[in-house]
Amino acid sequence: MIELLASRIYYLVSFLLLGVGTYMLIANENLVKKVIGMNIFQTGIFLFFIVTAFVSGGSPPILTAPEPYASPLPHVLILTAIVVGVSLTAVALGLIVRIYGEYGTLNESVIQRMILDE
Amino acid sequence: MSELAVFPVVVPLFGSLAALLAGLARSETGWPVAVSTLFVQAGVAVVLAGRAFGDQPVRYVVGGFEAPFGIELVIDGLSATMAVLVAVVALGVLGYARVAGPRSNAFYATYLLLVAGLSGMSITGDVFNMYVFLEITGLAAYALVASGEGGRSARAALKYLLVGTIGASLFLLGIGFAYVATGTLNMADLSRQLAEVGYGSPLVQASFGLLVVGLFVKIALFPIHTWQPNAYAGAPDSVSGLISALVSTVAAYALIRLVFTVFTVEFLLANAFAQTVLVAAAAVSIVLGSVLAVTQQEIKRMLAYSSVSQFGLVVGAIAVANGTALTGAAIHLVGHAIMKGGLFLTSGLIADTTGARTVAEYEGLVERFPVGAGAYGVLALAMVGVPPAVGFVGKWYIALGAVEARSWPLVVVILVSTLLTLAYFARVIERMFFREPAGDAAGEGATPAPTLVTDGEGASEPPLVSAGMQATVLLAAVLAIVLGVAAFEYGQLLEPTIDRLLA
Repeated sequence: MIELLASRIYYLVSFLLLGVGTYMLIANENLVKKVIGMNIFQTGIFLFFIVTAFVSGGSPPILTAPEPYASPLPHVLILTAIVVGVSLTAVALGLIVRIYGEYGTLNESVIQRMILDE
Repeated sequence: MSELAVFPVVVPLFGSLAALLAGLARSETGWPVAVSTLFVQAGVAVVLAGRAFGDQPVRYVVGGFEAPFGIELVIDGLSATMAVLVAVVALGVLGYARVAGPRSNAFYATYLLLVAGLSGMSITGDVFNMYVFLEITGLAAYALVASGEGGRSARAALKYLLVGTIGASLFLLGIGFAYVATGTLNMADLSRQLAEVGYGSPLVQASFGLLVVGLFVKIALFPIHTWQPNAYAGAPDSVSGLISALVSTVAAYALIRLVFTVFTVEFLLANAFAQTVLVAAAAVSIVLGSVLAVTQQEIKRMLAYSSVSQFGLVVGAIAVANGTALTGAAIHLVGHAIMKGGLFLTSGLIADTTGARTVAEYEGLVERFPVGAGAYGVLALAMVGVPPAVGFVGKWYIALGAVEARSWPLVVVILVSTLLTLAYFARVIERMFFREPAGDAAGEGATPAPTLVTDGEGASEPPLVSAGMQATVLLAAVLAIVLGVAAFEYGQLLEPTIDRLLA
């Protein structure tokens, strides 16, 4: 059992990050921390992809290096996904700046109360 | 000349850039740029559709990298339908947005970016490429929802962003599982290799589950629809018309594409559980979406919940997985886009003319604003499924497909759904046409009533209603009827495509 877990430790960690991210996204009342949770969630997925590219004893995928090669494709995919993630974070933070300007707080439940009081 | 296949993505992308650059020279130049771009876009989409409805889909390999390695664009009847729908609806909503909508060039740049993302999702033949376009669509949609003024639209957009990102990330994780199982990302290649890996493999099953749940978030099915009413109600009227008509529709198209092109019907047959989950999600969505719609007071929120229930129907058709039901799904996707986009624009028009934004304020509307009330009535009845409107044809095919597949629980739910749809539209129609305006509501008729709602325009601006806005709304109402007549022909035209999907 322990051995099985140890050999899959990277997968375990990446899925743990998914859990941590989801929890932060749902449970945290601070909007910026919600966005951080979203980032952690995405990072978990990025790491999952990178782990799948790993080949034991593999070298970088360059023709002069000896075989076997680590798979380069997941790295390329994740580069794209990281760019998407950065844009999402930028848009999210832009929205949060507007929300802060409107309500003067970043706390979700305080904002909720302010709307109900109106 | 299959190079034409890249233009549905490239044209709006360059148009978006042009709108931004034109804004540097002169402000409020975005609208003409967007209109000319979308005319070109619609032309390209129609020409492509003319070719795609043949025996073979149009294929184009981007950048000269051969198919399983490079990115391939595949346009069959269904993709072409979506591409034409996206171009036409976006063009139509522009007719409304010229006077009503946000007018900045940045708005039109984002608008065209959304069109590029949606067209890309429709025509791509590569799952990772689809993820990228899904995120482009998402980013543009978040920004468009936030283009309204005030805190409400910003909060709605942030919620949409957080939930939508989780959905898209699950989609990405599903792609990861499929990639681990097969080592390929091309849809046609994936479908072959997934069959070799075996449909019982946990990797393949997990991949299916993640992809489907990710798209459920984007389609806004019942338990994960929570972003959608806020986003539709918080956005400016022209934006809610656009995204309610297109974003969930193209996500539902993506679901059809993944379930039938990538995983194929054999996967559903091998995994009865997957089919059960689809049926259950559809049924729950249809019933609870309608129930929630009945309880709403604000018209735009009611329409949003109505979408939850209507997309339940489409997912039901996917679960049934036969030719009749899929034809129904395609017709209903197109019909719903026209009807729901039209209803959102009509409610925006009514709000700008009379200030009415809640069900109660619609009392006696026919006397104050006959055009709006008439269009709303026609579109609402089309949505309920009164023949010969397009809403009827779509539901008819889906119900017929469910009967053919002997999926009785779904048949019952689909028939009940018509009654439920009637339940929430009847109370609006009854108030509009058969009640005298309440005393105080009629007195304030000319000025916008002070509601909590903040829309795209600032409170200081007088409500502007242009001929373009009225024409767009009337066009949608006419289309909802005309398409119903044309739908049977379209169903036959789609037959080779559906046969290929189910092969």
